[in-house]
Parts: sequence; C-alpha cells; structure tokens
Amino acid sequence: MDNNQLYKLSPQLHVLTWIVVITWMVIAAFPLFWMATMSFKLPLDAFDANALTVIFGPNTKSMIGGISIVGVLVALGFGYLFLKAHLQRESIINYFVTSFGSVPKFLVILILYIVLMIAALITFFMVVPGISSLFNMILGGIPLLNLLVEPFIGMTTQHYEAVWIENEFYKQFINTIVVTTGVVSISLTVATLAAYGIARTRSNLAFWLLIMALCFRALPYSTLVTGYLAPFIEYGLYGKRFGVVIVLVAINQPFTIWMLRSFFMNIPPELDEAALVDGCNRLQAFWKVIMPVMWPGVITTGLFSFLLAYNDYMVAMLLLDGDARTMVPAITQYFNRETTLTDQVEAIAAAASITAPIFVMVMFFQKQLVSGLTQGAVKG
Amino acid sequence: MKTKTFLIFVIPSLVMMLVFIAVPLGISIVQSFQNTQNVLIKKEQKKCDPFGCQKVISTIPLLDEMGKPVTKTKWVGWENYKTLLEPDRVSQAFSEEGGGFSELLGIDFYKAFRFTITFTLLTLPMVIIVGLILALAVNSIHRRYRGPVIFITLLPFVITPVIGALSIKWLFIGDGILTATIEAMTNSDIAVFSNPLAVEALVLFFRVWHTAPFVFVILYAGLQTLNFDSLEAAIIDGASRWERLRYIIVPHIMPLIVFVSLIHLMDAYRVFDEIIGFGAEAHVMSLQWLTFDFLMPDDTGNRSIGRASASAMLTMVGIIILLIPVLRRTWKEQR
Repeated sequence: MDNNQLYKLSPQLHVLTWIVVITWMVIAAFPLFWMATMSFKLPLDAFDANALTVIFGPNTKSMIGGISIVGVLVALGFGYLFLKAHLQRESIINYFVTSFGSVPKFLVILILYIVLMIAALITFFMVVPGISSLFNMILGGIPLLNLLVEPFIGMTTQHYEAVWIENEFYKQFINTIVVTTGVVSISLTVATLAAYGIARTRSNLAFWLLIMALCFRALPYSTLVTGYLAPFIEYGLYGKRFGVVIVLVAINQPFTIWMLRSFFMNIPPELDEAALVDGCNRLQAFWKVIMPVMWPGVITTGLFSFLLAYNDYMVAMLLLDGDARTMVPAITQYFNRETTLTDQVEAIAAAASITAPIFVMVMFFQKQLVSGLTQGAVKG
Repeated sequence: MKTKTFLIFVIPSLVMMLVFIAVPLGISIVQSFQNTQNVLIKKEQKKCDPFGCQKVISTIPLLDEMGKPVTKTKWVGWENYKTLLEPDRVSQAFSEEGGGFSELLGIDFYKAFRFTITFTLLTLPMVIIVGLILALAVNSIHRRYRGPVIFITLLPFVITPVIGALSIKWLFIGDGILTATIEAMTNSDIAVFSNPLAVEALVLFFRVWHTAPFVFVILYAGLQTLNFDSLEAAIIDGASRWERLRYIIVPHIMPLIVFVSLIHLMDAYRVFDEIIGFGAEAHVMSLQWLTFDFLMPDDTGNRSIGRASASAMLTMVGIIILLIPVLRRTWKEQR
C-alpha cells in the first residue's frame, strides 16, 4: 500500500476538506483584502453598507476617477511580471551573488528585496497610471473603444499621499527601520554566540540558562517596561529609539537563544571537532566552519526578531513620544484626535502601508518562516 | 567544550539578560512598594478678566533648574497593592448586603483578571482544535495546492496584531460590511461595539484567527513525521478514520500539542494588542492593559508608576501560577 492510498479520501470527505480549507482561507484573508480595498476609496464608498459599492466605488469614480479595463490589464501584466520574477528568484539571486562575488549572500538578497519594493511602488503608483492615461489619450476619442479606457472601478491614492506626504508618515517609517535594524543585529549577534555555546557544552550551567530563558520568555512585557520607564526618564533615555532597541532585544533574547540553539543542534558536532583537530581554536571554528552552514538558521531567527520589533506596540508607545514613534503606535493617533471619516480612511491606508512589507516578506521567506516555527517545536 | 570557552560564548547574553531583564524586574518590585509624586507647591496668581482682577491659588508642580518637575519618592508598603485589590470593597461585596461577584467585577483589577484568565483558558482549546483541523485538512489536499494555502494561512499570524485587530474591527464598526450583512439577514439593528459580550467574542475570535496558523504549522510538521507502518497496520486491522485519528495520530503529535499549549498560555496571558486594536477597553480590559494604562501619562502628565509596578507584579504572579504545572513537566523531561 503506498502513501497515496493511505491518504485516499472518500468523495464526501474530499469535498469537506476543501470546504474547510477554502472557508479558512476566506476568513484568513478577507479582513486584509477588505482593508486594502477600502484604502483606495473615498470615505463615502469605503464605509458604505453595500459590498459592491465598496468594491467598485461609484462615488470615487464620479468624483476622482479610477482605473479602466486597460488599466487593470496593465496592472495585471506588471503583477504577472513581478510574480514571474518571484518564482525565478533563486536564479536571479544566484546571478547577482556570483557577479558580486565578495558580497555576502544575505546582503545581496536584502538589497534586491529593497530594490524590488521600490520598483513595485513606482510601478503601481506611477507607471501603471501613466500608461493607462496614455491609452486614454489614444483611445479616448474613438467610439466603442473608449469604453475600454473609461474608469470602471473607482480608485484613488489620495489617502496614501495624505498619510505619507502630508502627515509625514515616512518619519515613523524611518524610526521603524532604525529600531528593527538595531534589534535584529544586536539580538542575533549576542544570541548566536550564546546559543552556540549552549548547544556544544555538557555543562549543567547550559541547562539552567535555558530554563532561565524559558521563564523570562513567559514574562509579561508590561513588567519589564514598568521597570525601565522610571530610570529611562531619569537618565534621558526616554524618547530615544536606542532605549526601545535595548528593551526589545531583552524581550527577544530568550526566544532567539532557544531557536538558534535548536538550529545549532542540527549541525553535527563532528564538524567543529574536525576544525579543532585541524588547528582552529573555538572562535575560529565557530566563525569559519559553523557560521557558513548556519546562515539559514540565522536568517530565519532574524525574521522572527524583525517581526517582534516591527509588530511591537506597547514598548514603543510607552518609551517614545511624538516624532520618535514607530509606525504601529503612530497609527493610533488617527483615533485619538477628533476623527472625520477621511481620517478613518487615512488610518486604513496607513494600516495597509504597514502591512505591505510583511506581506512581501511572507512571499519571499515562507519556507524560512515555516522552518523556524517547526524547528523549536520538533527538535525541542 | 571547556567551561571557560563556554563562558566566553555565553557571557554577553548572560550579562544582557541579567542587566536588561533581571534588573528591571528588581526595579519593578521595589517600585511597587513606593510612591513617586511630583512635589506640588501652591502659587498665588493674579487672574484678570474684563470684570476685574482676582487672586487665584493654584497648585503647580515644583520645577528644578533644568525645568524638570521635582519628584519625591516614599515607601508606602503594601499601599499600591491595596489600591489595586481594594480588600475593603471585596469584603463589602461579599457581605450580607453586597452584590457578590458582579460587584467584585466592577473593580478594575478583578475585571481585568477575570477577562485575562477566561481569555487564556477559552482560546487554548479553540486554537488547538482549529489548528489541528487545518493541519489535517491541508495534509490531505494535493501537494501542489499546499504552498499557496500555507501562504494565505500564515498571513494572520505574521501581521501586526494591532493592525490585524483593526482590520477586523473595520468590518464591524458602524455600518461595516459584516454588520450590514448581519443586519440585512436578521432584519435588526445592531451595534457591535456597544455590546460587551460581542466585543469579548470578537477579541476571542481575533486570537484564534491570529494563533491558529502557528498551531497549524507545527502540527502540520508533526503530521509529516507520522509513521506509515502503524497507520497501515491500523487500516488492515479495520480501524476507522476516527479511530486512527484518536489512537495513532493524536498520540503521535501529543508532545507538539503540549508545546503549543505552553507557548499559547504564555502568549494569551499577555493579551494586550487586540484590546488596543479593537478599542475594547471600555468593555474588556486585560492585566497587561491595566499596567499599560497606569503607565500612560494622565491628563496632568503623571504616570502612576507605583501602581503600575504593583499591577505588573500581580500579573507576573499569575503567569507563574499558571505555568507551574507545565514547567514541572518540562523539568522532569529535561533532567
């Protein structure tokens, strides 16, 4: 009996399985999809009770304009190109890695990722509207064909412009970048060393360290922040992004150590022993022999550190103020002041902007995320 | 590895955990017995309006040369804990003419405690069941479709929790699309965010939505390591699908379920982000939210750090009690 037969489902069960999967996918994706849709509409459409009004945005269409069939096709075409590039990413990355021989691979990936993000922004916010208005000029006067260039879905990017340009959201974006970069680099450096030590020793101390880390992992963040707040205000670290980096690194440390340790456990100790026999000392063995095979684990752990820092609300809200805030706490400012409906849609646009990088990240690093999640659990 | 080399590797992290976790913890403990207040002085001011001048005595914080308010810290013993736990009101509530539990839940701390505990214990079985069903379902669809399905599934998990909660809130707020749909179907007029029960249900729903993917990924990985021989033997012995699930699959992934439960207990007890996202604090508050609220400056710019520390300490005691059984288990396994 082969595996397929073992998992062969009766037709009813097969249908049921698909119902479960599809229902879940709708539940999982719908709120995010809806958020993205609303962010492109005028408040009148965005908060309408009728779903079709929200999707097609008739008021937005009549007041501002929108995207035509040609526009949709152009956008889909570019989307297809991006998807194609995404599916071919291994060979693209390899091409750049070989042509810049001396640059580490993860840096190349990072740079490519940033370039791609900027390219996508330029394409969808500037090139696509440009091309469709070009078509508009050509086909606009011709009967029948002009239906192709008439807007049929109301769409506006004015809320994004308001958020990023008028409300200077890029300041918050820079803060987030500074904080996340700090958290990821510091916590990875410190934790990689510790995790390697713990994975390669039989000392009793390692066991105690792991238990201590597990206890710290359970600590509510509020307990830590409460301890930090008064000294931070006293010694002028309040409102400094560096202070937030410290706190987040501390919160993150136990988790990072556990995850990296299980990655190190996967690398056979014979590898270090061989290096030691060949005359390396521990640090050299660690740096020259183990780290090169450890990069996938480090990248995966780095992704989770990034998520923790990026998604944090409480620490940044309590320890930063005004212009130093990161993106997530800054979004609540839209709710605290007197809100008009336009403010609400701007908040939605800001929320969609915060979500977009994570969306792209999952697209690129799905495999690493899954392996990171299962690593700690399966290997214990 | 020699102990000395081991120490060299571990020391940066050890120092960091001690300085940046243990020390703030200690500071929190000390603060919870202290009260820090701005030194206030009375100042006579002349206020003039069109009808003449009058002297007004107002209290303002005393500032030092740097322009910072001068603060005074004094030991208050268990005072902070008392203001939180309000033993007098508790005994009042359970006295003859008291209102019992409903009166008890009128006190912020007990309200937050009640919510945090029910939240943690209710979401635990829900995320595990949903995660397990998803893992079983995805495991039996064709390999080709699994990638995209896992991609969509991961989204609720990695997305910023505050934003995720907001995105669900926008479906319901005012004439949000789902509220409107429900209204049209039941022909009634509902306002989700003025109904405490509905808000609480939404907060629970959000957590399941957010955490089920995590449970799914781990259990799904566990299913990949399933031993086919025992499954085959079970089929030959005539075990039904349900029996195979009950006696082979679930025991096989039981360690993973324990692991997931441990992580979920820790995370769910920290419930906070969704309360901010839903703006639910009027109806439900959690222990972390309570501490957060004490720490945020009030209208006069004061932060009640003492009370926040006391509340943080009580929160910590809670998670310790909740985790003792699980930790003891891990302890025995690791030793």
